[in-house]
Amino acid sequence: MAATETLTLNMGPQHPSTHGVLRLVLELDGETVVECIPHIGYLHTGMEKSMENEPYQQAITITDRMDYLSGMNNNLAYCLAAEKLLDLKVPPRGNAIRVMMSELQRCASHLLWLGTHAVDIGAMSVFFYCFREREMLLNFFEEVSGARMTPSYIRIGGVAMDLPNGFEEKVARFLAIFPERIDEYWALLDENPIWRDRTVGVALMGADDCIRYGVTGPVLRAAGVRFDLRKASPYCGYEQYEFEMAIGENADVFDRYRVRMKEMRESVKIIEQVLERMPDGEFNADDPKIVLPHKERVFSDMEALIHHFILVTRGFPVPPGEVYASIESPKGELGYYIVSDGSEKPYRVRVRPPSFYNLQSLPFMVKGNMVADVVAAIGSLDIVLGEIDR
Amino acid sequence: MADATQTPPPEAAPPAVSPIKEELDRIRARHADAILGVEEQPSRGMFWINVTPRSIVPVVTLLRDDRALDYKLLTDLTCVDRPETERRFNIIYNLYSITRNRRLLLRVRAAEGEAVPTLSGVFAAANWAEREVYDLFGVRFEGHPDLRRIELPDDWEGYPLRKDYPAVGKRPVLLYNDVKDIL
Repeated sequence: MAATETLTLNMGPQHPSTHGVLRLVLELDGETVVECIPHIGYLHTGMEKSMENEPYQQAITITDRMDYLSGMNNNLAYCLAAEKLLDLKVPPRGNAIRVMMSELQRCASHLLWLGTHAVDIGAMSVFFYCFREREMLLNFFEEVSGARMTPSYIRIGGVAMDLPNGFEEKVARFLAIFPERIDEYWALLDENPIWRDRTVGVALMGADDCIRYGVTGPVLRAAGVRFDLRKASPYCGYEQYEFEMAIGENADVFDRYRVRMKEMRESVKIIEQVLERMPDGEFNADDPKIVLPHKERVFSDMEALIHHFILVTRGFPVPPGEVYASIESPKGELGYYIVSDGSEKPYRVRVRPPSFYNLQSLPFMVKGNMVADVVAAIGSLDIVLGEIDR
Repeated sequence: MADATQTPPPEAAPPAVSPIKEELDRIRARHADAILGVEEQPSRGMFWINVTPRSIVPVVTLLRDDRALDYKLLTDLTCVDRPETERRFNIIYNLYSITRNRRLLLRVRAAEGEAVPTLSGVFAAANWAEREVYDLFGVRFEGHPDLRRIELPDDWEGYPLRKDYPAVGKRPVLLYNDVKDIL
């Protein structure tokens, strides 16, 4: 009588479908996954420790290297936490720019997710369509900040600089074509029988299990849970904009895809509203001890020059305390727990990366599925190893 | 400038009744000596309850299972090192109730070498989070099913996020002991 034996398969860390350097040790019975053990940490560079050794304003540059696919959102979450410690109020124009940037970034992040997810499952052409639009979005970021992936554009107190001339018209032109482009991806995938075979009913994870594992974002909403921090605890004036929360029902890979597609359409709605009522005026908080003065004033005003010098060389002290602030990043709840001891550098910065908790649920999700579904499951989680390993 | 867009409106006077009174009452009713202290910052929406290490599991279970409290989501579990205090490790449990839209933080202080009961039996999310705290701070979690390093290599020495660990190393890092054999 033939004895059955399981096979141990090592997937990654250089496997293209693992979206970075994730290593999975899979225990297989034929093609069925019996056990899955993720190994992370290949990208660990001690970012939280580095942030303890940078002045508050300069630590921003570390934040967008964690989730490098949504740098603006990472900047924003960190700045909101620091502003909470400082009790700093950002003027309406600053908030409107922040909302616009984080929604553009959400589209860019979801586009990269859609393209790579489709490639993983075998639909090659979607990737090129998605990257066509993502390129336009990255050009926007380059225009406002000079960087495409790591903008460090959102600063404590507001944003680094005002929108360049003609920027709003360019965004409006993009918004005019983007919904049609989403229809194109939709046409390529949604009714596609192969896509449906690979995604419907695959890697199920119900609402209770998602919550048990701390899963947030589109994966949680695809399980039918109405939880979106933009609605639950609005920041940057999200309560002024009308948009729907994208909700799924079946908690499978297909619904996660549907939720993210809907989110892109809702982001378009939000940005349209932002452009419609973009307020005039200052974009930075009125606090010369924290926000860098305008360049023209530095050249003409002694006071401004002193402030500039002190802010650049020493930074600003932050009152002692502990705060937690979180936002709805494209991947889920992205939170920062900052502890200040009253000095110019944070005493401790803890990042609550959404991908870390989402990835933790992977073994549960793939157990009993086929080995090919593991690839679909990883794609549907939309993880970024940069923020998992930090 | 008219500033109606900001999220929390500044409070005129601190509320007479603590916003987390219900939580405190229910914990006190069931676990009388669990609470060591309470810190509140209502204007920022931040509330901490300091509990004893021994009572963390029952208190969190109560917060999760009580229908009126409903803290179903463990958002985060982390640690802050304060070496100048007697019990240097502040373990922070970040709980959130989706239905009530409330956030509550619990704090457990642990001394060096002291083990804290694991929460992985109550929340699956705590498994990796506790491994990370163990990895980077060296806090042991009693009863954890799989307490291994998670970010750093298994043979790493020291706990990098401790305050007495240098931010910049003195020698280049050789990540795997068997590198010598390959060369």
